[in-house]
Amino acid sequence: MSHNLVTLTDISKSFGDQLILDKLNLSIRENEFLTLLGPSGCGKTTTLRILGGFEAPDSGQVIFDGQDITNLPPNKRNLNTVFQKYALFSHMNIEENIAFGLKISGKSSAYIKDKVKYALKLVNLDGYENRLPDSLSGGQQQRVAIARAIVNEPRLLLLDEPLGALDLKLRQDMQYELIRLKNELGITFIYVTHDQEEALTMSDTIVVMNQGYIQQMGSPEDIYNEPQNAFVADFIGESNIISGTMLEDKLVEILGAKFPCVDIGFGKNKPVDVVIRPEDVDLLAPEEGTIQGVVTHLLFKGVHYEMEVQANGFEWLVHSTDMFPVGQKVGIHVNPFDIQIMHKPESEDEEAIGINE
Amino acid sequence: MNKKKLLSGPYLLWSISFILIPLAMILFYGFTNSEGQFTFENVLAIGTAENFKALCLSLILSVISTIICLVLAYPLAMMLSNMKINQTSFIVLLFILPMWMNFLLRTIAWQTLLEKNGVINQILGFFHIPPLQLINTPAAIVLGMVYNFLPFMVLPLYNALCKIDKDVIFAARDLGATSFYTFRKIIFPLSLPGVISGITMVFVPALTTFVISDLLGGSKILLIGNVIDRQFQQGSNWHVGSGLSLVLMIFILISMILTGKYDKNGQGGLF
Repeated sequence: MSHNLVTLTDISKSFGDQLILDKLNLSIRENEFLTLLGPSGCGKTTTLRILGGFEAPDSGQVIFDGQDITNLPPNKRNLNTVFQKYALFSHMNIEENIAFGLKISGKSSAYIKDKVKYALKLVNLDGYENRLPDSLSGGQQQRVAIARAIVNEPRLLLLDEPLGALDLKLRQDMQYELIRLKNELGITFIYVTHDQEEALTMSDTIVVMNQGYIQQMGSPEDIYNEPQNAFVADFIGESNIISGTMLEDKLVEILGAKFPCVDIGFGKNKPVDVVIRPEDVDLLAPEEGTIQGVVTHLLFKGVHYEMEVQANGFEWLVHSTDMFPVGQKVGIHVNPFDIQIMHKPESEDEEAIGINE
Repeated sequence: MNKKKLLSGPYLLWSISFILIPLAMILFYGFTNSEGQFTFENVLAIGTAENFKALCLSLILSVISTIICLVLAYPLAMMLSNMKINQTSFIVLLFILPMWMNFLLRTIAWQTLLEKNGVINQILGFFHIPPLQLINTPAAIVLGMVYNFLPFMVLPLYNALCKIDKDVIFAARDLGATSFYTFRKIIFPLSLPGVISGITMVFVPALTTFVISDLLGGSKILLIGNVIDRQFQQGSNWHVGSGLSLVLMIFILISMILTGKYDKNGQGGLF
């Protein structure tokens, strides 16, 4: 078990009368790829800026490697940031951009030259030393920004939606490149994004945030398969979220039908939210299903078909490699371990606070 | 000829009658004598001791005024660019407000302040300090120039500084730069287009002014603008006046080429 590199304790921050973060607590382990994931305005970028030293928290502490750095200016912190819009120095060439931090730390010019060459190789931009940032494409500029940050060998790299401005293909390539970089360099990454696919692909740990609160924290598999509330289930991937009643341990009633499940400890006859991923809904012949419905929409998505099935007053979203034409009567079956049961929040406030309480 | 091109007709007519023809007339007068014969005499009149002294003094005072404007305006523009939008517009307004008042009136107001029996000397007298020679000095002219042209320095600087992405500044700090190093290596170089533009906007009118030197320099201190003014008004010698104007134009051209060289991006500068 590696030790915690960064710990945020009770961090609060408001802008004007708008509360952005409310007593946020978060620990990041050494060498972890941690992603802060959430919709815009959830506080993820503010969290990153507090870590980078560009914003001061109203209260709370930032501990970096056992040292309180809450009031340390950015230039005194042993971390570097990759900004959303690259933030390259447009009046300097690529070499000068990358060498900026090294020059400040007083490295010899031979060392700087070697290091710049190495960093450019790492991001597949050999030979670009004398180009100006404006003459590069978005993807290349972003790679320069990454090179400029990692060349200083920080303990921690902060990335603020670095792939947000790139097109899909480039984004996917860069995702692999970032994972490769992280493994080669052994730097701790904190990554901010609103793109759930990006988060699932790259992270060791995902922190799902909403309205300044952490909703759930866990491995990508945990977050996807065991969402702890409707927000997480809805935000990560597509899902059917249905109100139901937990009749007893391992048995839940949804839409008037009883489904066996594997969850225990919710009590008897308790209202719950039930999450079923579209790919976990099995369509069968009508008489074989737990409930029956009619296919209302059909879309071909490449790898699978996306269908909507009207059954017991609920529109089920179904992903399947088998095709059922619109109008066909089908039976719906869900395996017990594919049913995820969640506590129902009793108010909107509670919904925002999520698991923090 | 398509219809859109026709729309430029009025301006074309305007620029031909009021820009090109007068310019041609200046050129004609500048290179002829009263008999209408071609001559370089009018241009070479800059070489006489009095005219050359006036040109040098003009250059010196304009450079000093431009530098003072830059030094005063830069910190202010930086402060403004870091403020929230609604606070900024109020302060920018404060700076532009004097420009809404008549230029002559503002300069005459300084006359009243600086005079031998003016407001400043009266206040000094109240504290039993002997009166100072304030008006009719080069310093008074510089003061008038700075006072009148400062807003032209503040605005381009402010615009240039606002254009700098805050994240670029954060990036420099993030990479270990102190605030001073960030200013030297990032903020100032990136604001250069505004600096160039501001310098041009202050230097050119300062170099050609004759009203400020007239009102605050008395008849004792002659700038090149006053010399040209005299040739046209009192001497009624349009030929020498035009010749000297042409020399002045060359100096302005040189200054714009020099400043334009540092304006790599081609934005902000006038030339």
